[in-house]
Amino acid sequence: MIIKNLKLETMKTIKILAFVLCSAVLITSCSNDDDNPPPVNEEEVITTLTATLMPVGGGTEITLQTRDLDGDGPNAPVITVSGPLAAGTTYNGSLEILNETETPAEPVNPEIQGEDDEHQFFFQATNSIATFTYVDFDGDGNPLGLEFTLTTGAAGSGNITITLRHEPMKDAAGVSDGDITNAGGETDIEGTFPVTVQ
Amino acid sequence: MKYYILCIVVSLFGISNAQDCSLTLLGEITDFHDNTPIASANIYIKNFDRYIVSDLDGKFKIENLCKGELTLVISHVGCETKTVTYNIVSDVYKSIVLEHHIEELNEVSIKGNSTKKETKTAQETVIKAKTLDRYSSLNLGDALKEVSGVSSINTGNSIVKPMINGMHSSRLLILNNNVRLQDQEWGIEHAPNIDINSAEQISVIKGSGTLAYGGDAIGGIIVINPSNIRLKDTIYGKTILGGQTNGRGYSITTNFNSNFSSGWFANVQASLRKNGDFEAPDYILTNTGNASKGVSFHGGKKKFESGFELFYSYVNNEIGILRASHIGNISDLVSAINTQQPLVVDDFSYDINFPKQEVTHHLLKASYYQRFKNFGKLTLQYDYQNNQRFEFDVRVGDDRNKPALDLTLQTHTVTADVILDAKSIYKLNFGVLGRYQDNFANPDTGVRRLIPDYQRYDFGTYITSEWDINDRLTLDAGIRYDFNRIDAKKFYQTSRWEERGYDEDFGSIIIEDLGTQLLTNPVFNFHNFSFASGIKYDLNDNSFISANYALASRPPNPSELFSDGLHHSAARIELGDLRLDQELSNRLSASYSYEKNDLNALIEVFYNNITDFMYLQPTGIEQTIRGAFPVWSYQQTNAALYGIDLSLNYKFTKALGFTNKSSFIKGDDLKNDTALIDIPAFNTMNEIRYVNPKWNNFSTSLKSEWVFEQTRFPDYNFETFIATTNETVLVDISTPPPAYHLLHLYSSVDFDITKHTKLNVALSINNIFDTNYRSYLNRLRYFADDLGRNVMLQLQLNY
Repeated sequence: MIIKNLKLETMKTIKILAFVLCSAVLITSCSNDDDNPPPVNEEEVITTLTATLMPVGGGTEITLQTRDLDGDGPNAPVITVSGPLAAGTTYNGSLEILNETETPAEPVNPEIQGEDDEHQFFFQATNSIATFTYVDFDGDGNPLGLEFTLTTGAAGSGNITITLRHEPMKDAAGVSDGDITNAGGETDIEGTFPVTVQ
Repeated sequence: MKYYILCIVVSLFGISNAQDCSLTLLGEITDFHDNTPIASANIYIKNFDRYIVSDLDGKFKIENLCKGELTLVISHVGCETKTVTYNIVSDVYKSIVLEHHIEELNEVSIKGNSTKKETKTAQETVIKAKTLDRYSSLNLGDALKEVSGVSSINTGNSIVKPMINGMHSSRLLILNNNVRLQDQEWGIEHAPNIDINSAEQISVIKGSGTLAYGGDAIGGIIVINPSNIRLKDTIYGKTILGGQTNGRGYSITTNFNSNFSSGWFANVQASLRKNGDFEAPDYILTNTGNASKGVSFHGGKKKFESGFELFYSYVNNEIGILRASHIGNISDLVSAINTQQPLVVDDFSYDINFPKQEVTHHLLKASYYQRFKNFGKLTLQYDYQNNQRFEFDVRVGDDRNKPALDLTLQTHTVTADVILDAKSIYKLNFGVLGRYQDNFANPDTGVRRLIPDYQRYDFGTYITSEWDINDRLTLDAGIRYDFNRIDAKKFYQTSRWEERGYDEDFGSIIIEDLGTQLLTNPVFNFHNFSFASGIKYDLNDNSFISANYALASRPPNPSELFSDGLHHSAARIELGDLRLDQELSNRLSASYSYEKNDLNALIEVFYNNITDFMYLQPTGIEQTIRGAFPVWSYQQTNAALYGIDLSLNYKFTKALGFTNKSSFIKGDDLKNDTALIDIPAFNTMNEIRYVNPKWNNFSTSLKSEWVFEQTRFPDYNFETFIATTNETVLVDISTPPPAYHLLHLYSSVDFDITKHTKLNVALSINNIFDTNYRSYLNRLRYFADDLGRNVMLQLQLNY
């Protein structure tokens, strides 16, 4: 009797195991296909920042551009400055941010405007070649920086750096005045442009 | 069916024939394994209520039997008692087999406290249930630090990866109930998906001494076993409730076992854990909360001759990553390092926001074994694992709630294992393994795949043997061959493809050119040979020495081959390399153990020489529109690691004890003549213990944990230009933090609630003095201090 039971148990277990193995094979065969995976077109990539500077009262429009078509790939961004700025001049500045990995290029400005409380641009210049003021503000009255004015000083040369921070601490000391020191957050764009003022 | 007919025929006979009581049964009792006769076995003849004993040849004779049923109960020291029933129709000869291997029996009916080691000669330490229970609300990596020489490499305090003698991730194998965990273990921020509450016993094996589990355990093997099966009718369980001040967390776990003498068993376990933001001594670590759930089921039938089991486990972890560690570029890293304090500190919250991880792991196992007389044991096993990993980043716009990483790793494994143990002086174990793995990287994330879609095929075969030369000397040796094939479909940015020089070496694997991206089909085959042998010699009853040599070979993992992208918490670009080859480890180790009444000492030394050791090294800086990033690429070098682990236990009196665990390790990069990165510094743990069984089994211990400063480290610092301040600064990412010393208190008492119910109350305080410290082996050490004081209360009910 004992032997019989043992045999039966063994049969039962083998059946259970066979069932499990069969279902496993089924699962495997379902997930096995040879199709090529689709490419991922990065949605949040920022490739291009263009600052357009229009002199108040007319004159030559100047553009500053940083363009990095391979995102975090090995190629460095291409920096273009269209020409020298005029000394002692105020420029109305605006920024255009694009994702050019998509065709047509996808504008990123609406996204930044939609979340203006979580973004802020910072403008800095070396050798006191220029000063900046914010023109646009978020719902809390804190600066955003897609629109700004740039006022040049005396002739000279230096670097202008434009930085976009995501989730900066806009209430921290100096941040709403455009001082990046205490801003924190993460840098989404950082472009440095060598500029001549003449 | 044959037996049915036989039974019917026999019983018919029984009815038709009158009583005839002159029949004889000749019996012979032999050992199941090697057919040797078993002398002096007790044979209880139920029909006559009489005992007889087998002779020196294992034979016995019962005379004057009547026709009909005869029941015998046969027992012998060290054997499982066996009941047999025969239908006697004529004079008959019966052969009866008993199991005579006590050690083997333990496997079936293990006693409450006994430990079963996985190896004979390797450096193995077993952590038992009682110790594991203390870590109920923590991680596997925390518990393993009980073993001298085991540390952990962390990302914050919730992602804790075990490290054995300086090795971690793919260099360690983790086995959960005999299933090799396949949970994307390659990543340093990928913690093992194990609910520690489902473990009854954990063995930590340093080095790759046990080839049956795999040939690529360059660092070691962690064997996690669920609760033992007791061969008796019993129902028992335990529930642990825990609460802690740091993180304001709570946890509950419950475990229910039902065993039957027939061999059937079932075990159900579930646990739940929730923590809010943890706290460093001076600030809240914003977004470090976590939530985890785990369920496991284990059931089957276990007898000596055969048995089967089904095991299912589910683990889900949602882990917040310190908000301040998510940075944009290298200037952000510089300001984070300089501030010495996290840049984002909010009020305490249970919310887990972005960045975070959510990982779900399913494990299903079915196994069956059968023992064959005079031969051994055959085990067949199938297991399936499904590992689903989401990583959520801080994103903008419509993508805000989309994961940045969405990987599904599925693994099927079939194994067959044979143990030949018929001869008592040697044991032979061999087996084969087949594995199929499929990784799917979901493209819907809108982020380029960090790890590509791939299929992996593994085949392995091994043979190991063990000889007990005499009472004192044991030898073992084994050899293993593994074949791995990785067949991936990976997109490369055209610019990266060319920068790596792949256009020259791998032009033929491009299957589609999309302009800015290339779809490639890398296929790699690896042949790996591994070998292990060891010797153990008992010097006397109290001490032994053992030595072990192991050759292990590990092929590059998907991360080492294919990594390609930006790591936000490290502000670096990590690049894999298609040109990587296997790394080869030659590890020599030796141990001395002494155990006498009041003194236990274990000294373990090792030397691990690794050829073509794969590691990440900064190789340059790349400019992007986000700013500058250092590039870390996988390189190969020759490495040597060596060290000594010490553990000492001394009882001054019955009540008062002292424990020391210390480990010292050095890691050298032989090619570049420098130190290896991420090697633990010298650390020593000293503990004084007081126990008094009369006061409700009161025990208390004060533990001092002293971690030295790591003074040997590679200098990977680099200079970078910070545009916003217009200056060039040195980015110090290499210098380890200073030494630290922490004190921890633990005390517990037991209460008997009823005859079978026991309550254990434990109170512990970690980091009593709320000391500020940072650990070299914590990847978030640039951003914040480690945990401050934590008071934990734990109630454990055993029933």
